[in-house]
Amino acid sequence: MDKKIVQPISRPVQGACGVTGTWRSQRPILDTSLCNGCLICWLYCPEAAISREDRDIDFTYCKGCGICAVECGKKAIRMVKEEIK
Amino acid sequence: MSKVFGSGNTACAMAVKDADVDFVAAYPITPQTAVAEKIAAYIAQGIMDANYLPVESEHSAASAIAAASAVGARVFTATASQGLLYMHEILHYAAGGRLPLVMANVNRAVNMPWCLYADHQDAVSQRDTGWIQLFAASNQEIYDSILLAFKVAEEVQIPVMINYDGFLVSHSMMPFETLDENKIKEYLPPYDPSWRLHPQWGGTFGNVTFSEQYVPYRESLTRDVKRAGELIIRCAREFEELTGRWHGGYFDVYRPEDASFFLLSMGSMGKEMELAVDLLRQEGIPAAGLRLRVFCPFPKEELSALLPTGTNLLVFDRNLVYGSAAGVLLQESRAALYDRRDEIRIAGISVGLGGEDLPASLLADKAREMIQEVKK
Repeated sequence: MDKKIVQPISRPVQGACGVTGTWRSQRPILDTSLCNGCLICWLYCPEAAISREDRDIDFTYCKGCGICAVECGKKAIRMVKEEIK
Repeated sequence: MSKVFGSGNTACAMAVKDADVDFVAAYPITPQTAVAEKIAAYIAQGIMDANYLPVESEHSAASAIAAASAVGARVFTATASQGLLYMHEILHYAAGGRLPLVMANVNRAVNMPWCLYADHQDAVSQRDTGWIQLFAASNQEIYDSILLAFKVAEEVQIPVMINYDGFLVSHSMMPFETLDENKIKEYLPPYDPSWRLHPQWGGTFGNVTFSEQYVPYRESLTRDVKRAGELIIRCAREFEELTGRWHGGYFDVYRPEDASFFLLSMGSMGKEMELAVDLLRQEGIPAAGLRLRVFCPFPKEELSALLPTGTNLLVFDRNLVYGSAAGVLLQESRAALYDRRDEIRIAGISVGLGGEDLPASLLADKAREMIQEVKK
């Protein structure tokens, strides 16, 4: 087959849409005293930005969508306005 | 190679069996029904190793084979008339997705009013979907064109539709020859796609694009549909070398020697036209037949090359462009020959709609009328 044929297929690469952390207008703050480690936030995070081991949030990719804060049963995550430094 | 005496639909189903197709989804519709039935029977009897999905509609049939093609299967479906119209959305999907689907469309009039007989309105209504469209006029040509269709589709990654007239060809018994398995393997090697949807591949298909990505896809599709014309001819020549069978290139040309009136048509009408040409020649009218085999991409340059300066083109459309003089072939021909409008006169009519009988005598009468028109 001719390799020059343009086909509508895409392969995943890291950061194909840029670093999604740059999209963030608010950031999640985890209160570890309320967290019971159920990992619902890890399960729901669309950018896989929450660590399964220690719930550390990778702000290079966290786009600030707030899904983790909404889903958290213990209300251990709150969203705060992102300050431009 | 074996010799078979069978219908056009039998020739179609046997070619699909012999082409080592992996997946078929089809919904029965007159006059295609025997194709769907025969393929299902081949698979049920174990003489064809493929999966057959009995679907609830033509939209599902087209969707299912598009999806199966995306996972790397060689796929086929067949339909007619309203079934083809119902597939319309997925026809765009398949061509845009560059999926090498092959479909047989048994040309039939479209509703309303309800009509079951030969008419090209169904196929010409799909002209702008990006599909390659071939028209066959005999059972042998159907068998051979199905094999050619897979070869062309898989090489250029554009879906191909094989058209043949409902009842006139689909239900006519004619002798035809099949091809030995080893020769088919030589002509049509197993399908080896460059990508396929698979969990281990991890890619996706048909993503959202913005205009800067969308435009290159569209430009490449129209460019590749155009260049598929040469590929069709090359594959037909390869088939001829292998089997000795040749049905024509872009056109099946009949008695072009010293002709000044070229009678252009598609499908079974093009074969009957040969008899009309003979009638006209007996009267001393220098007529020739042009049976168009490749409707999409329409062979503009090749049509022009067949017509010497000062000749006349008489177009017989088995379809209508509503509100215009005739049908799609007339429009395409006029567009193709616009630069030579002072050299070549063109006339056109729509005949044979809804299976209207077209004996050679009637075609010759219509040709004589058009000759009067172009002489004015």
